[in-house]
Amino acid sequence: MSTVNQNSRREFLKLSALTGGGLMLGFNWLTAEAKTPAIVNAAGVAGNIGFNNYLSIGTDGIITILSPNPELGQNIMTSFPMIVAEELDADWTKVKVQQAPLDTKNFDRQVTGGSGAVPHSWKLLRNAGATARLMLIQAAAQRWNATPEDCTTADGFVVHTKTGNKLSYGELAEDASKLPVPKDVKLKDRKDFKLIGKEVKNVANKDIVTGKGMFGLDFHREGMLYAMLQRPPAFGTRIKSVDDAAARAMPGIIDVVTFKNNVAVVGKSTWEVMKARKALKIAYEKDGNIESSSDHDRIFKSLLDTGTPTVRRKDGDVEAAFKTAAKVIKSEYQCPFLSHSPMEPMNFFAHVRADGVELVGPTQTPGSARTATAKLLNIPEDKITLDITRLGGGFGRRLKTDYVTEAAELSSLIKAPVKVIWTREDDMTGGSYRPAVRYRFEAALDANGNMIGYKLRGIGINSGNPTREDNFPSGSVDNLLIDSVEHASPITTGAWRAPITNFLAFAEQAFIDEVAHAAGKDPIKFRLDLLQKAKTNPAGPVKYDVDRMIAVTRMVAEKSGWGTKKGVHQGFSVYFSHRSYVAQVGEVVMKAGKPVVKKIYAASDCGQVVNLSGARQQVMGGIVDGMGHAMYSKLTFKEGEPVQKNFDTYRLIRMKDIPEVEVHFVDNGIDPTGLGEPALPPTGGAVANAIFAATGKRVRNQPFMDEDVFKTTITPKTKTNTKLPKSSFQKTKKA
Amino acid sequence: MAIFKLHINGKEHQADVAADTPILWVLRDHLGLVGTKFGCGIAQCGACTIHFNGAAVRSCMLPVSSVGSAKITTIEGLSEDGTHPLQTAWDEIDVPQCGYCQAGQIMTAAALLKKNPHPTMEEIDGTMHGNICRCGAYHRIRQAVKLASTKI
Repeated sequence: MSTVNQNSRREFLKLSALTGGGLMLGFNWLTAEAKTPAIVNAAGVAGNIGFNNYLSIGTDGIITILSPNPELGQNIMTSFPMIVAEELDADWTKVKVQQAPLDTKNFDRQVTGGSGAVPHSWKLLRNAGATARLMLIQAAAQRWNATPEDCTTADGFVVHTKTGNKLSYGELAEDASKLPVPKDVKLKDRKDFKLIGKEVKNVANKDIVTGKGMFGLDFHREGMLYAMLQRPPAFGTRIKSVDDAAARAMPGIIDVVTFKNNVAVVGKSTWEVMKARKALKIAYEKDGNIESSSDHDRIFKSLLDTGTPTVRRKDGDVEAAFKTAAKVIKSEYQCPFLSHSPMEPMNFFAHVRADGVELVGPTQTPGSARTATAKLLNIPEDKITLDITRLGGGFGRRLKTDYVTEAAELSSLIKAPVKVIWTREDDMTGGSYRPAVRYRFEAALDANGNMIGYKLRGIGINSGNPTREDNFPSGSVDNLLIDSVEHASPITTGAWRAPITNFLAFAEQAFIDEVAHAAGKDPIKFRLDLLQKAKTNPAGPVKYDVDRMIAVTRMVAEKSGWGTKKGVHQGFSVYFSHRSYVAQVGEVVMKAGKPVVKKIYAASDCGQVVNLSGARQQVMGGIVDGMGHAMYSKLTFKEGEPVQKNFDTYRLIRMKDIPEVEVHFVDNGIDPTGLGEPALPPTGGAVANAIFAATGKRVRNQPFMDEDVFKTTITPKTKTNTKLPKSSFQKTKKA
Repeated sequence: MAIFKLHINGKEHQADVAADTPILWVLRDHLGLVGTKFGCGIAQCGACTIHFNGAAVRSCMLPVSSVGSAKITTIEGLSEDGTHPLQTAWDEIDVPQCGYCQAGQIMTAAALLKKNPHPTMEEIDGTMHGNICRCGAYHRIRQAVKLASTKI
């Protein structure tokens, strides 16, 4: 695995033109789409023949596929090429994958975020493979004096069906690349997929397990300097004065530069810089509100009652429904700030020269990083190159460009190539957190236990809209009001894996569970009844696919043996996010008077699964991530300063904490709808509802470990969670 | 600054660094061995795990001056060609997601298997509990350690 360096590629193109090798003929299948301008051989690999911006074929039959989107563990570097190779009928063992640099002329949406890469590129990638395949067939047909219809392909060969003659793609590549690019190529039927939907191993495994330097922090350039920035320790403060004399005098230190609210220590090695930074004497002064977590608790409660809400959705007459209700249920849920904490701390390399800028590092949004740098330095974007390294996790943190532009700014100030490195403490205290939010839910039930009214108010700190007003249960309740109030704070926030839904789903699914119990109904049956209403007699617009939500619900109920087990306590949760649907059942047992999560079942509908191995990883990892943060993690503040600064006090889930996880996928023939995030949101609810089934106590605040149920010893219940009326899901299914 | 002679992956290396420099940064910045990762700097996450005379240690808090003549092994030296049973098991089980913590995970597991070639699941969990995988690939890490233990 290697990053293609844009400069060396350009040089190669020039070189090959000079030597007249004739191997670098460019084709743009995208012209049929008329969206991207004509291109030349982005996949220019020495000795290979470029077919289009994704792939080139060597005369030895080695196929090189460029993966344009940043890889942070979502396995895009394997699944993207799989899609191309499938339609190309390539021999997967002869496929090599390379990370493309930022290249907005040849690729669009080079972004890792929103679980959007495969849904966006699915057809583009299939077309890329299918177009090249047809050209190879046409080249073979010409050689055999046959028609393309007489030819087929398999494992990197074109086969003449009548004679059985074969020509390898490597033998045909040069001829094929000279043919006109066909339009409207036929794509495979799903039933003919040989790679897609199968378990294919991560193409980077070998490099990862042998310690190859592939991450941003591993990048090294001769003559490069190292830097660390001291940022204000507390939100709402700014630099008052800097005494950098002691730091400057430390060994290996080249310079100390103060810019904006940063003091950058620049030196010859990481450790020397790290040590010198500790010798800085910086005084700070107030520059905004200085907030503590206790202030936030007070602000939440106050704004719930006195804030001026923004109405997000209103159906029917909610006040009237609550007036006539036979029963009203009201609950509040709260989630703390969280740090993203990718294992690789933030870092970026920048070299600002007179004639241009070179950027190298881990980013989820290379395009935005370049745009922000261009704006900051007042340099045209085409003077900036950006090579994307592998990302040691992202979880949304690397959607931000702050750590890129600060490296570029520092390089421009010191006029030298420099890599800015964050420590774990910098990462955890440096902002861009998952926002803290408090919700108030209210439900009105009629005498038959039907939910006739629903209210949700979300109060978020720098959260934007903390609701997803068109998600379930909207559409299934006649009278509904969803609104929100935002508190502006100096504490910076940002997208965190499954933004908003990563905590909203827990709160909502735990509350719906409360309502089901109050209605005396099985929690799954209760939801299925609501979904049936959204389907047959919807209240207002329904912006999720009711059938897909029902299907995952039924599947997880069946796979988990919902309501039929003894000795374990089950909790159910289902959520729609990023175009996909995931339902989960959590199972809790009591051990020494404490609830222990033993197993989580998941049924996912992400449309067509591309790589079954990678897809299972995304669901399992999403569940571990979702459970870990729901159970253990919190970032609190004291006078503007994060209290937790490293993994000794900020608890992440570890191996002994994980439950068994069982993963199932719905096979419904829908094109891929994304999977990097959707498995995470339902987990908190499945766990919380199973804890209730086991203990009779609700956990309404994250992290769950701070809740009473984990602080006190509970007398074990021996019954299962099926003390509900016999309206179980199993019965419903047969009906 | 002082010159330190180090035995790393079966070879002699020299580094001219301050005595308190953690071996992690000597490996990464001075010797170009970047397979050992920086995760937390306080021996909490295990990303920087190396072998010190065969025992798994956290290189981020180990000063170069305390290494002496000890034999250091990093992920680059775990096997000649990436075929240590853990490395092949890691591929067979398809463990990595982002991959950043995996060198540390493998080095922790390798020290365990050297001492205890056939650990129970509880022993695997007990040892691997010290290594954080932010992607949550723990199920497959556990499975791959178990698989490797059947091949030793």
